[in-house]
Amino acid sequence: MTMTTHAGVATPAAAKPAWRMPSWAITTVSLIVVIGVWQACGPWINPLFASYPSEILRAAWKMTASGQLPTAFLSSMQPFLAGYALAALLGVPAGLLLGRFRVLDAAFGIYIIAGYSTPLIALVPLLMIWFGLGFVVKTVIIFLLTFFPVCINTWIGVKAVPKTLLEVGTAFCAPQSAVMRQIVLPAVLPYIMAGLRLGIGKAVIAMVIAEFLTAISGLGGVIIGAANSFKTAEMFVPIIIIMVLAVLLTALVGFIERRVAPWHSELTGHDGV
Amino acid sequence: MPHVQIQNVSKTFGLKVNGQVLTARALDGVSFDVEQGEIVALAGPSGCGKTTALRIIMGLESASSGAVMVGDRAIAGCGHDRGMVFQHAELLPWKSVLENVKFGLAMKGVPKSELDGMAARYVELVGLSDAKDRRPHQLSGGMKQRVGIARALAIDPEVLLMDEPFGALDSQTRETLQMELLAIHERTRKTIIFVTHDLDEAVLLADRVVVLNAGRVQEIIPIDLGRPRRDIRAVQTNPEFMRKRTMIWEALHVAAPAEDRLSIRRSA
Repeated sequence: MTMTTHAGVATPAAAKPAWRMPSWAITTVSLIVVIGVWQACGPWINPLFASYPSEILRAAWKMTASGQLPTAFLSSMQPFLAGYALAALLGVPAGLLLGRFRVLDAAFGIYIIAGYSTPLIALVPLLMIWFGLGFVVKTVIIFLLTFFPVCINTWIGVKAVPKTLLEVGTAFCAPQSAVMRQIVLPAVLPYIMAGLRLGIGKAVIAMVIAEFLTAISGLGGVIIGAANSFKTAEMFVPIIIIMVLAVLLTALVGFIERRVAPWHSELTGHDGV
Repeated sequence: MPHVQIQNVSKTFGLKVNGQVLTARALDGVSFDVEQGEIVALAGPSGCGKTTALRIIMGLESASSGAVMVGDRAIAGCGHDRGMVFQHAELLPWKSVLENVKFGLAMKGVPKSELDGMAARYVELVGLSDAKDRRPHQLSGGMKQRVGIARALAIDPEVLLMDEPFGALDSQTRETLQMELLAIHERTRKTIIFVTHDLDEAVLLADRVVVLNAGRVQEIIPIDLGRPRRDIRAVQTNPEFMRKRTMIWEALHVAAPAEDRLSIRRSA
């Protein structure tokens, strides 16, 4: 005796919907239009106050050929990646522990909230005394600004795990470790990924601030240098590189999210960014 | 000796309303026995404490006083001697049908090498072999609840606890699953405690119906319909069916509505 099911086959979509422009195509058209309009405004733009795409591209080519841009990029990426990786590696477990254990929440939660809402840039002068002006202090600044959003998102995620799913663990006598790995962690993954995405924006800001305020270097240094000598087109080059970098990294995290937590986008019915 | 004994179980909890702490009594000295292989339905209006009683039997909540015995042991928390089917199935969304059934088995300590085979048998039992690799969001409500039943049955519990498992399903799917549950019971002779607010369902499935009202046992009504009950139409047109349905209805309506009787008192 077995149960029979009449809903065994997925029904194919009945009617073919009208053709819809794919999202990536809409984005591409939007980019072309915006860049095109900007370029068209070029002749009326005073090169001291602003710049336009072809001029920026020319400057980028010149700065790449001279080696200035690749050097600056590499020097920026080192503390950026180190600080971001450290924030992710410490922020996620800290958030998980805080969310899962009431005592830790009560003991340390307040510092996490304080750290998140305090303008940590105010600490930069002090950090310079502690860590100098080079790679270490930049890594620390990026870490500090990224750690808190990553940690808080994970923490909120643990709090948002449906109680009923935790009860499934209880009802089947699941040990704490199994509850953590098979129920809490998968349920929190979308929140962790959202935190990591927010973290990218924070880390990019922290990187530029660090390069402005400590030893002037990297892409931030190029911005300052170009601005001081009124080379507006050159100033735009690192800004646009940072912009593109942040967008690409955000898309990468979104891509990873869809790989490690595919049920989430399927569940909510949209892909996210 | 009865298989499950609920002995004088009470449950109170604090409620904060407008800054005042009120003590609500969800269960008040509830006692009943369940015999080996019997289906007992806990019926009553919402708020009567039937789900709380089931959750206490599962060990998801603790009783304020009283005891629950399964066999000769008093329960303390969860145990693989009891299997729970939740109201909304509560499948883990990141696991496939097969993996969801394996979850319970793995928690019971079944060796890894046997997990796949055992889980597949129970997935087949509930008729979902073709859908075993689907995730819960790709299943209909009825299919989800089949997985919930498979997950609970797979750990081979002595007692199956079901919390309004068919309450959220359309009437056709509900009837199908009711018949299949009866068929599974006929074969496995599991002891089943079934919570429902649906009087027809209570009479159709149960050997005895425990009518709860305002946290108290109002009446325990035996259903003399015999088994097997394979033909739902025949059972429902049986005079005994109508008689017992009326008895339960009257038991519920003799008493004041649950809301009025829910003994809420201010504590100091």
